[in-house]
Amino acid sequence: MIRIEHLSKRFGNLEVLKDIHTSFGGGKIVTIIGHNGSGKTTLIKCILGMVIPDSGNIYYNDSSILTGHHYRSEIGYMPQIGHYPDNMKVGQIFEMLKDLRHNGRILDEELLEAYELKSIFNKPLRTLSGGTTQKVSAAIAYLFDPAVLILDEPTAGLDPLASEILKAKTLKARNAGKLILITSHLLSEVEELSDNIVYLYDGMINFHSTIEELKERTGEKSLSKAIARIMKGGNLA
Amino acid sequence: MLKIIKYVIYDILRNKILLFFTLFLALMAFSLFMMQDDPSKSLISLMSIVLIIVPLVSMIFTTIYFYNSYEFIELLVSQPISRKAIIMGEYFGVAGSWVLSISLSLGIPVALYSANATGLILLLSSIALSVSFVSLAFLVSVLTRDKSRGIGISLIVWFFFSVIYDSLILGILFFFSEYPLEKAVLAMASFNPIDMARILILMKMDISALMGLTGAVYKKFFGSGFGMIFSTLVMLLWILIPVVFAQKIFKNKNL
Repeated sequence: MIRIEHLSKRFGNLEVLKDIHTSFGGGKIVTIIGHNGSGKTTLIKCILGMVIPDSGNIYYNDSSILTGHHYRSEIGYMPQIGHYPDNMKVGQIFEMLKDLRHNGRILDEELLEAYELKSIFNKPLRTLSGGTTQKVSAAIAYLFDPAVLILDEPTAGLDPLASEILKAKTLKARNAGKLILITSHLLSEVEELSDNIVYLYDGMINFHSTIEELKERTGEKSLSKAIARIMKGGNLA
Repeated sequence: MLKIIKYVIYDILRNKILLFFTLFLALMAFSLFMMQDDPSKSLISLMSIVLIIVPLVSMIFTTIYFYNSYEFIELLVSQPISRKAIIMGEYFGVAGSWVLSISLSLGIPVALYSANATGLILLLSSIALSVSFVSLAFLVSVLTRDKSRGIGISLIVWFFFSVIYDSLILGILFFFSEYPLEKAVLAMASFNPIDMARILILMKMDISALMGLTGAVYKKFFGSGFGMIFSTLVMLLWILIPVVFAQKIFKNKNL
């Protein structure tokens, strides 16, 4: 579904992504893990077209994303911290996005209802708490029933109940054949959700494998231990 | 793009700063016309104020507006909308609001008190001036991510065109006073949108005789059909070039 070829990006002197080469297929939840500043968000932003790579290419269903923008109608994005226009109300942001991108498909308003967002439609976005903003972001990401979902630290600001709702929704989307890319630091969550794990280290992909493979190769029984071992010991090879 | 323009104009109307400025400018124009019996004199006073205040306010307003809409732009970039549509939608929204604002605030008083060619030229060059400074502000805003730096650069650009550039021309005139410089000054003036607007308006006011030989050269040039076409073209370039560059830079910008 998404194929990344020799992707590199530097910001000034800092090489954030170095020759990333991998691919992701549908019906999978792929978690991207790595230290702070290892390039997770930059990689996601490259896929979204928000950051323009220096070299390399990204393909969505075999067509390059660098030349077009239509592929983004198949992507739902939930940012780490949602920044929304200050003076807009919650309801207005939904109306505006529907107006800008509605493609005739049936809207997926499950999260909108589960988080009871309609009751705060009249509140300005700047008055919302961090967690509520995250709920709005999650509802927006799922709203247009996209084939790919990109969730950047989705549960970081959510209360336990809200995280459970989001996790259930994410698993449901996976079973419907969607590709879900998640970045996360919460290993319990990673273990609960992911099919595949991508470990970014210093802007390079250290490994990309399933959880079972990872446990097998490190000889550890729990995922957290396996990952801790790799983070300490560096390479898997 | 049309939808983005709609949201930008809606947003600007709601934020009321431009509304306030429109009222202020209209109030000033009306009071200038009412203070004097001779509307052509009022027009001169109005011109000197407009040439300073319109570029300043349109430039600073646009810069601040752009930085304040950064979240909105970020949100749009992750949606299936091309970057060109986003930046041009923002641009036409802001520029359109300014055209509307100047047309109302200057257009109504001028139509009531001085409905002639001079009044029309004043109105049109003020509109062109505001739009060209909106373009310059877009260029400045896409160049730097830092809001305070962006506003600072905008102020410097305005100060350069309003004050420094004219001083430079005066300096050149002073040092090379033995040479016939009228045509050179004419060329230099076209590198400054404010000078361009000023010359255009003055030429229509029939007070160019006060400007001596230079005035005569200007009159001969800008009074002709070619001169009018030339100056309109230069104004259009001042609108187009900055926004074309802004769009090119925005296309490859990391957000």
